[in-house]
Amino acid sequence: MSGRVVFPNKLLPYLLLAPQLAITAVFFYWPASQALKQSMQREDPFGLRTTFVGFANFRRVLADPNYLNSVQVTAVFSLATAFLALALALPLAVMAEKVVRGKGLYRTLLIWPYAVAPAIAGMLWLFLFNPAMGTFSYLLRANGVAWDPLLKDGQAMGLVVAAAAWKQISYNFLFFVAGLQAIPRSLIEAAAIDGASGPKRFRTIVFPLLAPTTFFLLVVNTVYAFFDTFGVIHAVTQGGPGKATETLVYKVYNDGFVNLQLGSSAAQSVILMGVVILLTAIQFRYVERRVHYG
Amino acid sequence: MAEVDLKAVRKRYPNGLEAVKGVSIAIPDKALCVLVGPSGCGKSTLLRMVAGLETISEGEISIGDRMVNQVSPTDRDIAMVFQNYALYPHMKVYDNMAYGLRNRGTPRAEIDRRVREAAATLELGHLLDRRPRELSGGQRQRVAMGRAIVRQPKVFLFDEPLSNLDAKLRGQMRVEIKRLQRELGVTSLYVTHDQLEAMTLADLLVVMNAGEVEQAGDPLEIYEKPASLFVAGFIGAPPMNLVDPASAELVGPIPAGAATLGFRPEDAILDGFASEGGLKIRAILDGVEPVGAESYLHAHAPAGGARMIVRTAGRARMEPGTALEIRAPAEKLHWFDAAGRRI
Amino acid sequence: MIGDSRWGIRLAHAILILGIVVVAFPLYYVFIASTHAGPDIVRPPMPLTPGGHLVENYRAAFFEGAANLGGVPVWRLLFNTAVMALGIAVGKIVISITSAYAIVFFRFPGRMVFFWIIFVTLMLPVEVRILPTYKVMVDLNLIDTYTGLILPLIASATATLLFRQFFLTIPGELVEAARIDGAGPFRFFKDILLPLSRSNIAALFVILFIYGWTQYLWPLLMTNRAEMNTIVIALRKMVSFVDHGTPWHIVMATCVLAILPPVLVVVLMQRAFVRGLVETEK
Repeated sequence: MSGRVVFPNKLLPYLLLAPQLAITAVFFYWPASQALKQSMQREDPFGLRTTFVGFANFRRVLADPNYLNSVQVTAVFSLATAFLALALALPLAVMAEKVVRGKGLYRTLLIWPYAVAPAIAGMLWLFLFNPAMGTFSYLLRANGVAWDPLLKDGQAMGLVVAAAAWKQISYNFLFFVAGLQAIPRSLIEAAAIDGASGPKRFRTIVFPLLAPTTFFLLVVNTVYAFFDTFGVIHAVTQGGPGKATETLVYKVYNDGFVNLQLGSSAAQSVILMGVVILLTAIQFRYVERRVHYG
Repeated sequence: MAEVDLKAVRKRYPNGLEAVKGVSIAIPDKALCVLVGPSGCGKSTLLRMVAGLETISEGEISIGDRMVNQVSPTDRDIAMVFQNYALYPHMKVYDNMAYGLRNRGTPRAEIDRRVREAAATLELGHLLDRRPRELSGGQRQRVAMGRAIVRQPKVFLFDEPLSNLDAKLRGQMRVEIKRLQRELGVTSLYVTHDQLEAMTLADLLVVMNAGEVEQAGDPLEIYEKPASLFVAGFIGAPPMNLVDPASAELVGPIPAGAATLGFRPEDAILDGFASEGGLKIRAILDGVEPVGAESYLHAHAPAGGARMIVRTAGRARMEPGTALEIRAPAEKLHWFDAAGRRI
Repeated sequence: MIGDSRWGIRLAHAILILGIVVVAFPLYYVFIASTHAGPDIVRPPMPLTPGGHLVENYRAAFFEGAANLGGVPVWRLLFNTAVMALGIAVGKIVISITSAYAIVFFRFPGRMVFFWIIFVTLMLPVEVRILPTYKVMVDLNLIDTYTGLILPLIASATATLLFRQFFLTIPGELVEAARIDGAGPFRFFKDILLPLSRSNIAALFVILFIYGWTQYLWPLLMTNRAEMNTIVIALRKMVSFVDHGTPWHIVMATCVLAILPPVLVVVLMQRAFVRGLVETEK
């Protein structure tokens, strides 16, 4: 019938919006438009002249083997991180739902890594596994493993994935617990009466009903691995050895600030924007945020 | 003390929908006026226009001698009781009642006196330190009343204040509201969709339909002389029986242009009493609803298929399928023309 | 629970404890390292029990800092980081709550346009527009300032959306009642809306404080001078495996001090934290 009741002031809402709009304009829209502009320009080596080159930067980026390598690295890194973080969190959440005593304590002891900065998470793992002084590298080598993550591609990737996933366990744990709690007890009881054993109940009832949560977490973890792990990479491997752990975000930074290839870096930024828009769209279109049953 | 005067009030929404189509009502000082009608008839919109929560597209609303079209709700000197009570969830009962007074700069001692007085009247004294979520539905309703009373406004506005209560509490609160309104002598506008509530509370009853006033006046007068088919069907429970005159045997004159004939369930007489003039109609019994002191017989006429309800005293022991002869005396018949207006 | 035998429960406890050990081990290791003298840390295998240099190491880190970082003491780094984290948390909450208030409780030309302008910023994280944003900061002379660290990060669609979502659940009648009670937009905001938003604000505060504390890329670009570094950046700069002068005992103590504040916030404000995490992901 009638919409929301509102205040009749004419000027006040603009004043209330002004701070956010000002910051948004100066630090979001202006730089984003600059990125778009730069992505279509080329600067001469002395930074004196810029020329409009259309989509040439994009063509060059997409044809660059280093960039394609980076795409592959990002895909491997993101998927590995997401799967590892999910696979470790799920059993912990299921077990935490089973126990009665000490539930709160277990939760507290499992969620704190969320507060650790990704870069520090990377350093913690580096302290353990760096070849010079890490206790674990020492143990690995003592057992005949040729361990050197600063020289071997696979080991470097393993280390950054471990650090990135370690930090994300707490997040996934909390959401899995929430998802498990949303499953009505009556369904599990009905399955028990129908003669399903514990593991079978998990496989046939609990896990399927947890699917929306799992899918949601998969998307969130992928986004996390894409964008929030710059610190891990920068602190642990700096994209190396070679370019074995150079993710897309790391490459934008590296090309822009270290190699000073402005046009290329801007083009990569624009491509990343496209990826963010896609991921956001997936999140809004397909991910059921709240788990509904019944 | 104030009369409330609505003159040709209209509400048109930007999307073209006309919710109120030119309503004029004059509420005398100290009277309790009830707006009743089905949902979507415009009664709530009208109330909210009096409150100042909706703009007035056309027409005038005055409170006392002041035209208030452009006056903000705050300055109209009104108080309102909402259907869901709209109590501030984070404030104690005391603060809920005091908030409006504080905003108007009433002295602290005066606020305290008024809140305690209202709390005593409503038997809320022991609940002043509670928060709304710690109260029962009935108690919340009383706090909402209290918040309106402490303001000592010129006009009370009630927006379906009892519809969230259970039937028993609703009955009690109905009496309570009527008593308070009399005692305080504050002009009131009360919106409800419940015709029983409307009948029992109103000094002035206004029946609305599709944005227009169907009939306004004394409640019993409206009951006895419904101005239209709509009012006849809406006021009274069970509703008036409406039949096609052609399907009945009629003794006496039929008014010119009559298209529908109505009689109330309690005016119907079952066979046995021959009456001078009036109506006789054959019907088949569908079932009996005994409600204790009386029973309602549901029946339908084989000719025309009209459904009817007859009230009988005590308990009727009859089998479905029994043939009935329903009569009604001439002076209890209501005639309506093809447009649904009373003849 | 049905079918959970005593052994099942014991197994659950065992798995949880194992999980906690795995999760906590890196932190434990660093803490142990921070209690040993520098040379003991770099000579593997490092002992896994506390050494005797705890007070000494932490005092040195807190008041003197690492020599390879120009000797900026950790208290200064913690102060920088706290200013940044608090500035971001408070700033975001303030500008988000006011803009959500405008969008939900007022009707004005351009309302939906502004809403979308804010909404779209969801898709422009700092990482994808670093270079031009950095240039804006240089042009505005904001390098090595707290303003530079804070201001660009306080515009947030997430917080605005969260408040908008919450405001939409407030029944219209409450606004009407307040207006009849004589409350204008300022009174309504102060007396009704803010108190009702308290738990939402607390939840958001925890999440945003951690967000601010753990920032990396932005402070890396924004700070050149060692005394303006956040603790995370400073720590990264201290660590070098090739440089034999790396003061490892100070590094380890600094690392623990960098982790502790946000972890304490999460643990002590756990309810607000969990709520915030779930709410901001809607």
